[in-house]
Amino acid sequence: MNRILLFIPLVIFALMGITFWVGLGIEDKTSLPSPLIDHPFPAFELGIVEDGRTLTTADLQGKPALVNVWATWCPTCKAEHSFLNELAAEGVRIVGINYKDDVTKARDWLAAYGNPYEYNLSDPDGKLGLELGVYGAPETFLVDANGIIRAKHIGDLNAEVWQKLKPQFDAMSGVEQ
Amino acid sequence: MKIVLLMLSFWSVSAWAVIDGHKYPFDDVENAARFEQLSEDLRCPKCQNQNLADSNSPVAADLRDKVYELMQEGQSDTEIVDYLVARYGDFVRYKPPFRFDTFLLWAGPAILFVFGLLLIVGLRRQQKQPTAELTADEQAQLAAIKAKLKTETELQKDTRA
Repeated sequence: MNRILLFIPLVIFALMGITFWVGLGIEDKTSLPSPLIDHPFPAFELGIVEDGRTLTTADLQGKPALVNVWATWCPTCKAEHSFLNELAAEGVRIVGINYKDDVTKARDWLAAYGNPYEYNLSDPDGKLGLELGVYGAPETFLVDANGIIRAKHIGDLNAEVWQKLKPQFDAMSGVEQ
Repeated sequence: MKIVLLMLSFWSVSAWAVIDGHKYPFDDVENAARFEQLSEDLRCPKCQNQNLADSNSPVAADLRDKVYELMQEGQSDTEIVDYLVARYGDFVRYKPPFRFDTFLLWAGPAILFVFGLLLIVGLRRQQKQPTAELTADEQAQLAAIKAKLKTETELQKDTRA
């Protein structure tokens, strides 16, 4: 009996080791799970960057979309921009939210780097961003044809990330067709 | 003069929450205190370990504004916390809710404590277990050894003396 008890510290050590190892392995501790998954996209009524027209939640529905939160002050947004251009060229519907930014700057940016967005909702004071739980651009939401948020990615959208998201997005598009 | 200054200092504390350069005015002390408490209990989502009151990040400022706005609308503390949790998740609470998936978080320390206590009690009990009685043979051996030791020490004393 005593002999067996001597092994307890070893067992505890092994358990702690496994726990910490798994903890270290978690890819990115700064990306928080969103409570909005499988919830409707928050209602909005916002002007767009391109020509100031006002759009609402209804304009988002009908076709699945990537909703990309970006700003001209955000360096990572610039890093992911060319990949968004590629996706748009492949026919992926991307809707932009120009988050806490200036419309003129946003227009200059789109003119300079290309516009992969169907339209860009202008959210200068971050109200829609707050409804979406945005805490740092860029963030990208997968929204289905019924306007339900199905996934969220925090950080830049690149080929590697898209490989993981694409099956889900394709499935959403398939259901819709 | 001193009294006037003292009174002035009380006045400023009572009307504004001491957060972000006294940006948020309140009608009474209770609400200012409530706001300070809420800002300390809510975590900034961008920062790993700073509350809304501490953080300089833009999103923390936005959330402070929102908390203030919701308070002005007359929402309760629970409603305000729920509002933020619905958008940013449990991360914004420093005090996570007691749920199935947070069971270990809450009960873990108590479980470990009880486990350790049981372990100590078990070990103690084992140590106290009386050893088996000596057999007649062993007792005889013991007596012989004792006698031998005694004569040896006496002999040593004699030689020294």
